Amino acid sequence: MNNTAKQKTGFFRKDGVKSVIASLICILGGILFGFLVLVLLAAFNENIPVSKAFTGIYTVLIGPFSAGSPELVIKEIGDMLFQATPLIMTGVSVALAFKTGLFNIGAPGQYLMGAMGTMLVALSIPTSVVPAWIVWILALITGTAMGVIWGAIPGFFKAKFNVNEVIVCIMTNWIAGNIVSWVFKESRYINYAETKMNFLSKTSSNGVATPGAGHMLGTSSMDISIFIASAVAIIIYIMLNKTTFGFELRACGFNKNAAKYAGMNEKRNIVLSMAIAGGLSAFGAALWCLNGTTDFLWEAYQTMPADGFNGIPAALLASNNPIGVIFSSVFLKYLVMGGSNLGAYTSFNDQVPNLITAVIIYFSGAAKLIKDLLSRKKKQLSEEKMRAVSAPVMLKADDGEANGAEAPAQDEAPAADEAETAGDETEGGDE
Amino acid sequence: MVFLLQNTFVFTIPLLIVALAGMFAERSGIINIALDGIMIFGSFTGALTASVLRNDPFFVDHSQLTFLLALLVATVSGALFSLLLSFSAINLKADQTIGGTALNLLAPAIALFFTKVLFHKDSLEMTAARNSEGRPKGIQYALINEDMGPVGRIFFDKAYISTFIAIALFIILSIWIYKTKTGLRLRACGEHPQAAASVGINVKRMRYIGTTMSGALAGFGGYTFIATTANGTASGNVAGMGFLALAIMIFGNWKPVGIALGSLLFGFLKCLSVISNSSDYTFLKNLGLPMYFYNIIPYAAVLLVLAFTSKRSRAPKAEGIPYDKGMR
Repeated sequence: MNNTAKQKTGFFRKDGVKSVIASLICILGGILFGFLVLVLLAAFNENIPVSKAFTGIYTVLIGPFSAGSPELVIKEIGDMLFQATPLIMTGVSVALAFKTGLFNIGAPGQYLMGAMGTMLVALSIPTSVVPAWIVWILALITGTAMGVIWGAIPGFFKAKFNVNEVIVCIMTNWIAGNIVSWVFKESRYINYAETKMNFLSKTSSNGVATPGAGHMLGTSSMDISIFIASAVAIIIYIMLNKTTFGFELRACGFNKNAAKYAGMNEKRNIVLSMAIAGGLSAFGAALWCLNGTTDFLWEAYQTMPADGFNGIPAALLASNNPIGVIFSSVFLKYLVMGGSNLGAYTSFNDQVPNLITAVIIYFSGAAKLIKDLLSRKKKQLSEEKMRAVSAPVMLKADDGEANGAEAPAQDEAPAADEAETAGDETEGGDE
Repeated sequence: MVFLLQNTFVFTIPLLIVALAGMFAERSGIINIALDGIMIFGSFTGALTASVLRNDPFFVDHSQLTFLLALLVATVSGALFSLLLSFSAINLKADQTIGGTALNLLAPAIALFFTKVLFHKDSLEMTAARNSEGRPKGIQYALINEDMGPVGRIFFDKAYISTFIAIALFIILSIWIYKTKTGLRLRACGEHPQAAASVGINVKRMRYIGTTMSGALAGFGGYTFIATTANGTASGNVAGMGFLALAIMIFGNWKPVGIALGSLLFGFLKCLSVISNSSDYTFLKNLGLPMYFYNIIPYAAVLLVLAFTSKRSRAPKAEGIPYDKGMR
């Protein structure tokens, strides 16, 4: 019996397991908050009976399964997986940048440039001359290359001029939006045929489309791109954690000066990190555009693509683990599907999943705190009790607001920090 | 030219005040990436106040009073909303970027959720009300003095009341953070909180003050933005203005004078795209460049200036690092 108990604690003490549990706690918190909002709204609004709040949260929680008929459910599942595809890529892009110490808030711009490159190639090369699959590959490569270039700009500014990457990303986002609108304005690629003037023609109008759309899973737009995106996410995970190159990138994120001292070219690594991140966002955009059923809004100078910014919550929810991003992206889109059904069938609207997501991210900021709480052993707890008794006397001397309850937590924080950093660093070698 | 400068002012003011908001938070050691979210929240509560008040004919006739009340509500609610960020960053010691991102997601979700549920619309417009004579009355200029000289007209014609309040606030607060004891303490907490604590400064309280002031100013800026430049429509976004303000703050090197210059430059360049199609400026129109070109100019100019000036850029040393008493 003693043995099984030991194994059990061993399982729950693994770092990855603790991360997952912490994420689940955050998700639970977010859902509870969403429920609370619905109940409060129903309580204060006489038009909505309180029982609707239960129906409402249930609709969101079962996601695509709330669509009604089996055909619709299958279609929504397929659409969910397809819509998660670009989100996986932007999520991995943001996660990779975070891992290398950069904040890639420029994913929307990289996404737009990627979409521009893809659309230009996919629509301009006539498939009567060049086989469609070659055009498809060319479009994918061009789009990704555009993203690589666009992502490298903030990296270059950071490395060469020491400009904060956040500011350059924000500026390049809006520049990208205007460039895209400029390029496509009055071009022959605008969708006049279906009188959707705000959008470009679908790539399928030129016969270029990813295999699978419309028949892979019901009539949904799901295609093989979700598998491509997942494979890329896994490759990025391996690259970051199992290769020397990935280690160098992460080392620059941990401590730029130490990396430089160890003989790494930290400036080159910053540019490379941002370029790869840009390429990933653009790759997601390319996959989304090449589906063949999607409409690309060319008047991008007013609004940034939502999937670009949503890469940030997707990455944060997965604790910046590229493989975790696959699941967090699908989960986010799962909630979105539930939300659109909520708007269609009840008096609430599609903003509920956004509320829930926001609260989940809010809690995930404290995920480390939750993990620390999870990793406390009984022994530590008793030790802390001892410390808590003696601490107030000591700490009150240097800070008036210290109290017994938070003193041990603060004492413990640096130790936990060190332990985790050490764990992260060895990850590359021994796993 | 007068028209151009008037417009520059209208566009500069929200940027100026929100960049100052960012400065207050970062000088106390908290990265406030939630400026955009707080602006959205402030614009929503402000617009909500205005549209509720406008059911009463008295407030429709006294549009300046309505404006001021809505501005006040936006400011207070911005401060309250920012407490969420303070709590997560100061008490939970969470990553400040994550907390800020959460607020950025939360604000539009709340605004749109309630706009849709309560008004069955996608956006909240404040221009639909009618005054006692039956004429539609929207957000109004506080001053219209078309007969003044050119210099006077720039400042006192077609001006919003928020412009004057914002300039006054900017000057007072800039002096406050540099010339008062509390201001000095606040800045100390952004540079070296442990050192500040060692001389008896309550770091947590100072950081709460910084972030809350930041929230209040961002809420103010959010309502000012939708009331003056976005046709009085609150639709759950402020056109990325909060992020722009963040960029202007970095551009201004975390200093009020730099922020003022940066937002004026940006506001002026931004207005070029507004006037490029106006018939008064034929030399711009004759160039035949599309609107997009002028839209790009302000962003590209900021990048260019940054590339040349960034070597002396200096962020507050302790920003983004959760305060830990025991750390050396």
